[in-house]
Amino acid sequence: MSDSGQAIFDRRIEAEQKIEPKDWMPADYRKNLIRQMSQHAHSEVIGMQPEGNWISRAPTLKRKMVLLAKVQDEGGHGLYLYSATETLNATRDEMNAALHSGKAKYASIFNYPALSWADVGAIGWLVDGAAIVNQISLQGTSYGPYSRAMIRICKEESFHQRQGYEIMIALANGTPMQKAMAQDALNRVWWPSLMMFGPHDSDSAHSGRSMQWKIKLRTNDDLRQSFIDQTVPQIKFLGLELPDPDLKWNEERGHYDFGDIDWDEFKRVISGDGPCNRDRIRHHKKAHDDGQWVRDALEAYHQKKASASAA
Amino acid sequence: MKQSNDLYEVFLRSIRGVDHRHVGSLHADTAEQALTYARDVYTRRSEGVSIWVVKSTDITASQEQDMDSFYDPMDDKPYRHASFYVLPDEIDNM
Repeated sequence: MSDSGQAIFDRRIEAEQKIEPKDWMPADYRKNLIRQMSQHAHSEVIGMQPEGNWISRAPTLKRKMVLLAKVQDEGGHGLYLYSATETLNATRDEMNAALHSGKAKYASIFNYPALSWADVGAIGWLVDGAAIVNQISLQGTSYGPYSRAMIRICKEESFHQRQGYEIMIALANGTPMQKAMAQDALNRVWWPSLMMFGPHDSDSAHSGRSMQWKIKLRTNDDLRQSFIDQTVPQIKFLGLELPDPDLKWNEERGHYDFGDIDWDEFKRVISGDGPCNRDRIRHHKKAHDDGQWVRDALEAYHQKKASASAA
Repeated sequence: MKQSNDLYEVFLRSIRGVDHRHVGSLHADTAEQALTYARDVYTRRSEGVSIWVVKSTDITASQEQDMDSFYDPMDDKPYRHASFYVLPDEIDNM
């Protein structure tokens, strides 16, 4: 007796085994993974822009080298994730086209500008911090290539958050103006960082099935709470004011309570109307188009080699 | 008829979820045959759940004698490691 693909798949998910590219999988599992993984890849690549803008303006040579290394990492992480997504038969061209048309999303945080040097600190500390909470959980995702990409990325990213926090320590202990700059960055980056975990579980379109399939192992709200709980003591250590008056320890829950997230803003920004959405996509297209001569040259070289060996 | 058959490199996945790892090589006439041989030679004690075979000539490899020039740019970048950033004990679990 041979089992159906569905039965084998269900049994593997149940037993917390990985699904590998050549295994049978439900069409919606594949589709859901392509959506989530390509969105993750796009976030890595678009995320290079706000920080990349500061490489030439970093205050010291050390900070410049560190930031350059971090932005390089993000590009590499985008590559790992695109490659892992390609194992599901999604092509790079399709993924790029979906990004450019707005069909595919990326983390809405990257549609906000990085206004001051303190933003570079706050991004490393909070945005990478939030991403790491999510990615640590995703190391256990049910799709093998995604899981292995996450393990590699988590290992490499361990310095990203620390370098950001180190910038914040320097500013928070600097002149009153520097400290104010750190506070301003915290206030602006805080809320979009919380939004990175996505809508509340009750409003999340994809959460239910993703949890069932063990693509996601923890819910958006659960991950968000972990991030808040670990970050509040870090804010206090910096001697900065909490960015949300409702952030209070709840003894009964054993967690921090926090204020309402502005979901209208989230929807507006994710659907294209944030401060920088158009710039981000325009820049991505331009970088791709500006590289056309390289692809042309490679093609010409291959043609020449092919005709030489045919002769 | 070919004078000698092709060399294939063999990669094994020991359990679901981990990467395939190189375990050795063997000679075979076709990829299918290489797969069967690999099963016979490299998994007699259930060492794997999945086998990859790749023609050795299809592998492009860096050379160890080129290591200096190939990897040198990485050696002076300690800031790519978390330990480069010294944080106070209170928040050192970051």
